[in-house]
Amino acid sequence: MHNFAFHRPASVADAVKAVGSASDGKIIAGGQTLLPTLRQRLASPSDLIDLGAIADLKGIKAEGDGITIGAMTPHAEVASSAIVQGAIPALAHLAAHIGDRQVRARGTIGGSLANNDPAADYPAAALGLGATIRTNKREIKADDYFQGMFSTALEDGEIITAVHFPKPEKAGYEKFVQPASRFALVGVFVAKTKGGVRVAVTGAGQEGVFRPKEVEAALANFSADAAKGAKVPSGNLNSDLHGSAEYRAHLISVLAGRAVAAAK
Amino acid sequence: MPTVKMTVNGKAVSADVEARTLLVHFLRDTLELTGTHVGCDTAQCGACTVHVNGKAVKSCNALAVQLDGAQVTTIEGLANGDTLHPMQEAFRDNHGLQCGFCTPGMVMSAIDLVQGKSNLSESEIRAGLEGNICRCTGYHNIVKAVKAGADAMQAGKGR
Repeated sequence: MHNFAFHRPASVADAVKAVGSASDGKIIAGGQTLLPTLRQRLASPSDLIDLGAIADLKGIKAEGDGITIGAMTPHAEVASSAIVQGAIPALAHLAAHIGDRQVRARGTIGGSLANNDPAADYPAAALGLGATIRTNKREIKADDYFQGMFSTALEDGEIITAVHFPKPEKAGYEKFVQPASRFALVGVFVAKTKGGVRVAVTGAGQEGVFRPKEVEAALANFSADAAKGAKVPSGNLNSDLHGSAEYRAHLISVLAGRAVAAAK
Repeated sequence: MPTVKMTVNGKAVSADVEARTLLVHFLRDTLELTGTHVGCDTAQCGACTVHVNGKAVKSCNALAVQLDGAQVTTIEGLANGDTLHPMQEAFRDNHGLQCGFCTPGMVMSAIDLVQGKSNLSESEIRAGLEGNICRCTGYHNIVKAVKAGADAMQAGKGR
């Protein structure tokens, strides 16, 4: 790992300033993806701006029609939160199965969404529930936020402050993990919301998380059997030594059915 | 160089380190606490697991400067003089190791896993240890040791 200048601002405003004045500044949240990346020298920023000392960015609260989670809230806290378990149990379940225990103690929701790894779990929840990503500048709807693999609507120096999840009538999340890495080979989030059924898929798409319209159409009445019957085209899905695009397409329907059956 | 202050195994420590210094290197190289191991160097194997503010984390996947002011416990901080922590004792009693390289991380993870919980099932223990890899044992005796250690901690012998 190359060395860098380290900043630990106490406010979002100071963090934005520090990023702006660095020649190649990078924000670090929990660091569970960024630190391995730096150690492999896949990135070598001039400055690291750590959000860990900004108290405003942590915490979970009930708000309006749902819940709001601070960007620096670790996965373990989301998983064990009574507020999350009560309002959106599928979100607590998802958080409880990210990475491993040690990763869940450090990794954060804001970091996961800012990174938008194509096999990450949180993007599926955010898109599946129709969340709103709040930043220091604006609010971004999940449908506008995810813009392809490792790519988001965030501008340079824009920092996620919180994520608001509207409470669905029911939701479920099922993933099929690659047995060595434990990353989702395919993960499917299903939600029955006021605005209709939403489905989001992680792990499978060449462009990262996406909504499979065939499955959403099949799920109009939120029936597990209907989900299993949906035919998902494999054209834009990943194909690698762990599974072909056709295999992943099949898994999407199967997992959507399981997620509906498990939905609470 | 930035100055890092933290409490390690109950003792206040302070040192000037390069910003890129990982917690595990701060522990091993600066503080000479070499019980915490570097196994994979890619944040997968969990041999470097320590407790930060009471929670198990991989010390190879956190910068020392991120943890300014933190309370850190390493494997060296568990025993009380010559008396092993009940989880350490359980690993010895159940032969929960062969080469021993992963053991410090296993023990630190296990203590965090079982704290405040009673009657963890075998499958809960196996799932809870997903972040720790052992390349010798096949995990059977490790799971037995964690169960025994948990029972001993519940029985009030533990901390």
